[in-house]
Amino acid sequence: MAEQAIDRSKMKVSDEVAVQITNMNKWYGQFHVLRDVNMTVQKGERIVICGPSGSGKSTLIRCINRLEEHQSGQIIVDGTELTNDLKNIDKVRSEVGMVFQHFNLFPHLTILENCTLAPIWVRKTPKREAEEIAMHFLSKVKIPDQAHKYPGQLSGGQQQRVAIARSLCMKPRIMLFDEPTSALDPEMIKEVLDTMISLAEEGMTMLCVTHEMGFAQAVANRVIFMDKGQIVEQNEPREFFNNPQSDRTKLFLSQILGH
Amino acid sequence: MAFVQDTPKADFRLSMLIYDTRYRSLTIQVVVLGLFLLFLSWLVNNTIQNLAAKDRTFEFGFLWARAGYDINQTLISYTNDSPHYRAAMVGLLNTLLAAVIGCGLATVIGVIVGVLRLSKNWLVGRMMTVYVEMFRNVPVLLWILLAFTILSEATPEPSAYRVTDAMIAAGEAPKASMLLNDSLAITTRSTNIPAPMVDNGLPRLEFLGLSLNSNVLAFLIVFGGSLYANSLLRAHAKRVQEETGVRPTTWWKSLAVLVLPTAALLWWLGFHLDYPTLTRFNFKGGIEVGHSFTALTIALALYTAAFIAEIVRAGIMAISRGQSEAAAALGLRPGRTMSLVILPQALRVIIPPLISQYLNLTKNTSLAIAVSYMDLRGTLGGITLNQTGKELECMLLMMAIYLTISLIISSLMNMFNRAVRLKER
Amino acid sequence: MSNNMTYVRTEMLPALPPPAGQGGVVKWLRENLFSGPLNTVLTILGGVALLWIASHVIPWLLHSVWNANSLSECREIITATWGPDATGACWAMVRERWHQYMFGFYPQDLYWRPTLAFVLMFVALAPVLFTHLPRKMLWFTGLYPAIAFWLLWGGSIWAPVVAMLGFAVMAIVFRIGSPRLGVPVSAGLGVLAAAFWWLFLQSELSGNLQSAIPLSIESVDSDQFGGFLLSVVIGVTAISASLPMGILLALGRQSDMLLVHSLSVGFIEFIRGVPLITLLFTASLLLQYFLPPGSNFDIILRVIILVTLFAAAYIAEVIRGGLAALPRGQYEAADALGLDYWQAQRLIVMPQALKISIPGIVSSFIGLFKDTTLVAFVGLADPLKGITQIVRSDINWKGIYWEPYIFAGAIFFLICFGMSRYSMWLEQKLKTDHR
Repeated sequence: MAEQAIDRSKMKVSDEVAVQITNMNKWYGQFHVLRDVNMTVQKGERIVICGPSGSGKSTLIRCINRLEEHQSGQIIVDGTELTNDLKNIDKVRSEVGMVFQHFNLFPHLTILENCTLAPIWVRKTPKREAEEIAMHFLSKVKIPDQAHKYPGQLSGGQQQRVAIARSLCMKPRIMLFDEPTSALDPEMIKEVLDTMISLAEEGMTMLCVTHEMGFAQAVANRVIFMDKGQIVEQNEPREFFNNPQSDRTKLFLSQILGH
Repeated sequence: MAFVQDTPKADFRLSMLIYDTRYRSLTIQVVVLGLFLLFLSWLVNNTIQNLAAKDRTFEFGFLWARAGYDINQTLISYTNDSPHYRAAMVGLLNTLLAAVIGCGLATVIGVIVGVLRLSKNWLVGRMMTVYVEMFRNVPVLLWILLAFTILSEATPEPSAYRVTDAMIAAGEAPKASMLLNDSLAITTRSTNIPAPMVDNGLPRLEFLGLSLNSNVLAFLIVFGGSLYANSLLRAHAKRVQEETGVRPTTWWKSLAVLVLPTAALLWWLGFHLDYPTLTRFNFKGGIEVGHSFTALTIALALYTAAFIAEIVRAGIMAISRGQSEAAAALGLRPGRTMSLVILPQALRVIIPPLISQYLNLTKNTSLAIAVSYMDLRGTLGGITLNQTGKELECMLLMMAIYLTISLIISSLMNMFNRAVRLKER
Repeated sequence: MSNNMTYVRTEMLPALPPPAGQGGVVKWLRENLFSGPLNTVLTILGGVALLWIASHVIPWLLHSVWNANSLSECREIITATWGPDATGACWAMVRERWHQYMFGFYPQDLYWRPTLAFVLMFVALAPVLFTHLPRKMLWFTGLYPAIAFWLLWGGSIWAPVVAMLGFAVMAIVFRIGSPRLGVPVSAGLGVLAAAFWWLFLQSELSGNLQSAIPLSIESVDSDQFGGFLLSVVIGVTAISASLPMGILLALGRQSDMLLVHSLSVGFIEFIRGVPLITLLFTASLLLQYFLPPGSNFDIILRVIILVTLFAAAYIAEVIRGGLAALPRGQYEAADALGLDYWQAQRLIVMPQALKISIPGIVSSFIGLFKDTTLVAFVGLADPLKGITQIVRSDINWKGIYWEPYIFAGAIFFLICFGMSRYSMWLEQKLKTDHR
């Protein structure tokens, strides 16, 4: 990834707050998954969250569009607080895009229909316009010619790029990535990462749970390391990788970079 | 867990009932409950009005009144002087008898057919496929009616069995003869089979108002004991195998343990069979099985067996592919592969749908109405209902009884599922 | 290769045909019929059984008589042609009575009406089964129940038209309400409005329209229905009406709202726990207690209502299986895109769950279609018991038993076997479709 020239001209971090999480706690039954998480994400930031499995990193970003409900603390997304109010939840979800580990494309709809579904039903966009938007983003992820195929006919990497395009069609302000490359064969990881990099180059606010450290070094402006439901360390990528402070972080980095 | 909830920012607003995730489900449930209660009270109100209009009451006292009708097949003592509830019990037992015998028969036929369908034998496999498709795709009612009609119309009259002196003189054979070494006679009226009898029987046991046949009880105890002894024997064989690696031969010991004590008991009781014999007009002696029972049970068994065969086949096929290859790769012989690897897993797949087939068969016994077999519907939901005019009470009671049977069977299935799931962990 | 470790293939080998087989038929017989002692015994037993059956059935079929007026005439013809001991089938009964097996006591000159309704049923089904047909055809599917009702029962055209208008009222109320009040509330209001329409306006409006513009065809009473006409009417109506109900019940059973869940479970388990016969008796004996005093309606309609409830419980379980087979990610993706519950159900969940459940739905339908014969016990003339009883009680055909059962059974077999093959084919197709 490093050899790739990355255009950083648009990757500016503004002062505006995109996501604000304060003293957030979450339990699964008796199990305390997220412990007193505090985090502020500025508009335009590219944050990579890493950590061992079970550290709560996926749960954290799933709380941001309330796929998981937090039990205490505050989450404010783009000025809207996530409470039990369904209207707020709907508003946040239409502003926040999400890409899943297993793509979760709708297998009964074509690629194009996958992309136009939410704009038509949630944003009430006219069909023709929605299709134009969809084709625009499909060409952006470089698969406009597959628009009339079904997800099952595409490779994993292509499916994940469609999933990204599907989220982009809602014109989200924030994108969440939940281990987007973990379910992919090695040769397909790059095409998905490239798509994500080009997204970053356009200044999209991104929160990304991933173990792709090359991506973190190239694109992220902040790396967060989580363990046992808490944020253990966060730093800008160069410092994070070259000079980790916590012992937990050092151990983790030696394990994933060691071989 | 301490449920820490932030102090709500705004006070409670009415719109929160719909848009707040905390109250939304409560709101919906209250509305649903309200509608449900409204519907229920509408039904009850209508029923009360209708009962009043017909000048009828809703009470179950009639169950203790004299029934006044005869039942041709009774497993417990019953006369037409017995009360209605006794008639209902007779009917229930008849339902259960048909269900139990039907399930047993269906399982035997179904397993055989299912295994034969999987056999490499082309001819037999095809014949079993034809059987399965033929029975599955035609209403069970047809099999019941056909069986009953054939039994009662295509069979010989009792008189056809008669051998007169003139016939002996002429060297003529009678038109019909008894089957299975003169032990079974099927006539237009009934099927007569030998009855088990004992010469020096034990006295009946009176217990909590129930009268128990102690001969049967003794038989069950001895046979159960034999089974237990056999399981001890097998456990011993297993222990020896685990210690020495060689499994001792047990089959003749098992046979002896299972057969000898029971045979001794039967000999001591003076067990013999009472064969049906032809009297002037009909067969006497033995047990007379009504055609309605035979037709119902056989038709239900054959119909359900077709479904069971498919379940067995699918269960074995689902497991056998990869597993039999793995077992073969480990060097197990085909017989051992079946008993140690495939069957234990296949049973897990087979038993839940098998039990739901038992449930279906039990519910289908209510088709007894087609052949006038006096089951629960024929007594409580039939003659009792018509005689007393207590439609509401009889139907509700009957449904409750059927529901209880179904729930018992399905809770057995749930218990089995739970037991299997525990073993997986 | 022993002393040379490196090896590079310079030329790829072409594919060759396999070596010639060792004697076709004999090898096949040995492998499939006589591969071991057990197999040989099985083959011999099977062969003997087959021969025994064939020796009885084939002459019986070969000696069939198609032209006769009574069973005794049949027998005379057989004896005269094939000798005194010959047996033979008497299909003359079917020839004389087939119309009763098909239509019951439906007026003979009106047979075209049920036949037309039957043919139109396939037109109405086509857009549901084949998605590439124009969507406008669904309008006909929507109108079909009214058309079929009018064709079958006859009478004034205005009753079904006004009844259909009730659905239009429901749709309008729902359309107006849903953006503001949400799906459940506006659906409830729609149902209420339609119920009001049917209860209070239906009879008056259709009566007035009939007197203003009289348009009617000869009406046929329910007790004239019978045979396979009855089976198809009850089966098709019940299964199509039970689908939406089954979907709601399945969703209710999946719900995390305790009350909704337990009501659904209670209903499903109750219906599945009692035999269909008790429900049919409920239709014929008890419904008069549960409905408002004085309301007395058609027995076929009552039976259809109860059979629908019965089918709905079974369909609900089938659909529950389909819902369970759907990965959680589908729900999450729908949530993450901002779809609400009903949108997610309608656009994402149901299309997939229903597709998975099609084989189960078809086999429920087969079961239900077979069970329609049970309506004989509440006095309707089903093709199996009802009509056969009528035939057998005719002095001409007294004592005939194989032929009517074989005839009715064969038709049931053709329909049910055909449907089960269709669903197997569909299952295979769905496995490979788009996946």
